[in-house]
Amino acid sequence: MAITTTKSAFWQGFRDSAPFIFMASPFGFLFGVLAAEAGLIVPEAFGFSLAVFAGAAQFTALQLMQENAPLIIILVSALAVNLRMAMYSASLTPYLGDAPMWQRALAAYFIVDQSYALSIVKFENEPRLPAPQRMAYFFGTNGIIAPVWVMATALGALVGTRIPDSWGVDFVLPLAFLAMIGPMLRTPAHVAACFVAVAASLPAAALPYNLGLIAAGIAGMIAGAQAELWLERQRAKTEAAE
Amino acid sequence: MSGIPAVILWTVILGLALGSFGLRFVFIGFMGGKPIAPWLMRHLRYTAVAIIPALVAPLVVWPVPTDGVPSLMHIAAAAATFAAGYLTRNVLIGLGTGGLALVLLYLAA
Repeated sequence: MAITTTKSAFWQGFRDSAPFIFMASPFGFLFGVLAAEAGLIVPEAFGFSLAVFAGAAQFTALQLMQENAPLIIILVSALAVNLRMAMYSASLTPYLGDAPMWQRALAAYFIVDQSYALSIVKFENEPRLPAPQRMAYFFGTNGIIAPVWVMATALGALVGTRIPDSWGVDFVLPLAFLAMIGPMLRTPAHVAACFVAVAASLPAAALPYNLGLIAAGIAGMIAGAQAELWLERQRAKTEAAE
Repeated sequence: MSGIPAVILWTVILGLALGSFGLRFVFIGFMGGKPIAPWLMRHLRYTAVAIIPALVAPLVVWPVPTDGVPSLMHIAAAAATFAAGYLTRNVLIGLGTGGLALVLLYLAA
């Protein structure tokens, strides 16, 4: 269906994002439950999700706060998980960069994996879409996901206080992270980054102040970037040989 | 479980809110049409996929519920969760497998 108005662009984004509810709500709920287990009260969990609005980074910060990691390590690690948002921001700029400043500022807050993934595909497939409709579509992709995410965390925090400590939910957080990693490994370079990060993190765990996490993370990032370069060169060689 | 001091918690929340917004705003807000350097883009692509595994690996090898004693069952539960997520490309199936693995761990304990 062709987009004809700004309003319909918003609703199309809204509809396209609907399947992601099934991801955002259980994940938000789980964050709320784990936050409650860590001692956060409902307004704290709610404020956390509303202010930060980034699932994986929130889980990371929560884990490190429970480990009593130094403040600076918590912030650096969680922000490192969110560095990809800078990449999304850069990649959306050619499509949304001409909008008024207040719209761009508001859009920045709503950059998450889902809104980026849906929008970039849309913008690339329909290069002639007018700028206001692009922005409307982008906001549409978050029209339902954002409230669902924040409400689900609050609900999880509410329920979480009723879960007895003896159930031992300590291991749920690592398992949630593991479930996130699998679908992220899209290319051999992603696998290389992950493998090097894991291999480095075990000996690096001996470093003080949780610095091992940062060191292993950087090692993984470099490995991923280098693997990508190497794969590109191999591909160029094969093509030249043909 | 011990609570997190309110000062720490709110410092983290505010710091992350400002930092995350900054990361999201930097290009779309400030840089305008200027493209991001390819070498930087190349590293940014691998941030999440490096930091999250680096965080999770020690938690699996030295699990909290056993007070850090390596446990074959915890490693098996972790492997099953990862494998399900990887093979199906679906976070929720991975999470479901993890939940099932936890129940099995609980019953076996």
